[in-house]
Amino acid sequence: MSKKLIELKNISKSFGSTLVLDELNLYIRENEFVTLLGPSGCGKTTILRIIGGFETPDVGSVFFDGEDITKLPPNQRQLNTVFQKYALFSHMTVADNIAFGLRIKKKSSSYIEEKIKYALDLVNLPGYENRMPDSLSGGQQQRIAIARAIVNEPKVLLLDEPLGALDLKLRQEMQYELIRLKNELGITFIYVTHDQEEALTMSDTIVVMNQGYIQQIGTPESIYNEPTNAFVADFIGESNIIDGIMLKDRLVQIGGVSFECVDTGFGINEPVDVVIRPEDVELKDPEGGMTTGTVTSIIFKGVHYEIQVESAIGINFMVQTTQNFPIGCHVGISVIPDNFQIMHKPQSEDEEIMSAEDYSAGNAV
Amino acid sequence: MNRKKIQVLSIPYVIWIIGFTVIPLLFVFAKAVTSPQGAFTAGNLIAIFDPVHRKALFLSIELAFISSILCILISYPVALILRSSKIRNKKIILFVMILPMWMNFILRILAIQMLISKNGLINHFLSLLGLGKISIINTEAAIIIGMVYDYLPYMLLPVLNCVLAIPDDIIEASKDLGANRFTVLTKILIPLSLSGIGSGITMVFVPSMTEFVIANILGGGKIMLLGNVIEQEFSVTMNWNLGSGLSVTLMIFVLLTTLISGRTVSETDKGFVI
Repeated sequence: MSKKLIELKNISKSFGSTLVLDELNLYIRENEFVTLLGPSGCGKTTILRIIGGFETPDVGSVFFDGEDITKLPPNQRQLNTVFQKYALFSHMTVADNIAFGLRIKKKSSSYIEEKIKYALDLVNLPGYENRMPDSLSGGQQQRIAIARAIVNEPKVLLLDEPLGALDLKLRQEMQYELIRLKNELGITFIYVTHDQEEALTMSDTIVVMNQGYIQQIGTPESIYNEPTNAFVADFIGESNIIDGIMLKDRLVQIGGVSFECVDTGFGINEPVDVVIRPEDVELKDPEGGMTTGTVTSIIFKGVHYEIQVESAIGINFMVQTTQNFPIGCHVGISVIPDNFQIMHKPQSEDEEIMSAEDYSAGNAV
Repeated sequence: MNRKKIQVLSIPYVIWIIGFTVIPLLFVFAKAVTSPQGAFTAGNLIAIFDPVHRKALFLSIELAFISSILCILISYPVALILRSSKIRNKKIILFVMILPMWMNFILRILAIQMLISKNGLINHFLSLLGLGKISIINTEAAIIIGMVYDYLPYMLLPVLNCVLAIPDDIIEASKDLGANRFTVLTKILIPLSLSGIGSGITMVFVPSMTEFVIANILGGGKIMLLGNVIEQEFSVTMNWNLGSGLSVTLMIFVLLTTLISGRTVSETDKGFVI
């Protein structure tokens, strides 16, 4: 594993009376694509701004390559930021925008010219040197903003919802571009978004946040398949979150019916949350299912149908399937044991927002 | 609204423009190119090359230029301070700063006169402290003080509007790319607020250049700006033709200034020219 490049230790930050980050610990390894994912107001942008030097934490320190940079102003940090609204200098040409950081570093003009050309090629906008930012589309402006950041050869690139202002098609294209850039440049990307699909597509590691606390850290697969609590399960993709009772190891009871699962260590007769992904619910003939139900609605979503099924055990399942089941259709429902994800119920409100240490140890980045 | 209605509504304005702008201007132009006897002559226009007139013109330009620069030097830091301050209602601060603008202009100049005259308030305090008197009244400096005091709001408003409109993330982006405070100021803030400075210059320089009341009151009638010369031609010498000729010359200079500062405005594509 590569070394830790950035380390946040015990960071707290409030704005006025609002506590945004509370004793947060996080480290980011070299050459990783790390995404901070969470709903708005969860503190993800504040973390990015603290790393970038635009905010100072009230408590705690930021380490970069082992060095304490908590008090270092942004212009002296070896990292660059791509802002949500591009933040291009509207009074300069594309070339001058890209050259801005290099001119401050007093690089030679031949070096700068070469770099501009290299960066424009890299973001697929060759020949755009003399255009003004206003004459470019949103996607092009964002690519110039990325070019402007990477010519400085930062060790870390911070991206603050850079695709938020783009339309869906462009956003997907840019996601591939970013993955390609990350692989070509071999620099660390720290990416902030509230879009779970974006996070799953691009990241090596996802940090799920809520209300200033880290909820879970892990690879996209582990976060999706093994969410540690109901918040993560609900935030990453669609979920059926159902009350259940863990009767014993590998046996969970939902709505009075027992189902086989693979989870252990929850004790006897423990109330739990059960997460079943909509695509993991199988619909078949009434005879073949573990329980039965009636289709109450069906919506065509393009790749699949989204179907609501009122089951005999009193639970409303959301199902995603490529098969068409008309409303009122009587169906059998089954879920294989692997696809029951069992989670502890939160004991109190406080525990619902879990503290960082609980997870950073278990799911080491 | 259909076209006809718009045309009907525009009638009062057309009458206004013809009656109060076009016809008076034509009168001025007609007087400017004729002698008092009514014969055609270019003498009134050439009169600007007369040493007395030339001196007055250059002094007008010089004082207007200095006042504009001083207004920029005062307004810009104020705009930067207001931009970085965390005060929620910046409009109130601005309101207080431009409040004097709501008072009568002559009254404000008379107040300045009271302050800086030989036995004025400032000298009174200085003598109380046992310090020597200063004599600014009836100097060019006094006129500049008056002009700056009077026209500062016209610089402050467009400059402040422009500086406040610069998004925070542009500043953060420049710092992110390694810019220190000085670079942020010279490469980002000032270029992005040129349009406001341009509007401000137009609104301070032009009235300063045509000024004669401030020069009369604070200059004690000893310092002749071109505005004073023109005023005297109309009210003392009663040579309206020469007065008109000099007015037309002054208008040409004003027009040139507006075009030059207007270019800065249109280059950055913001603000407005009057």
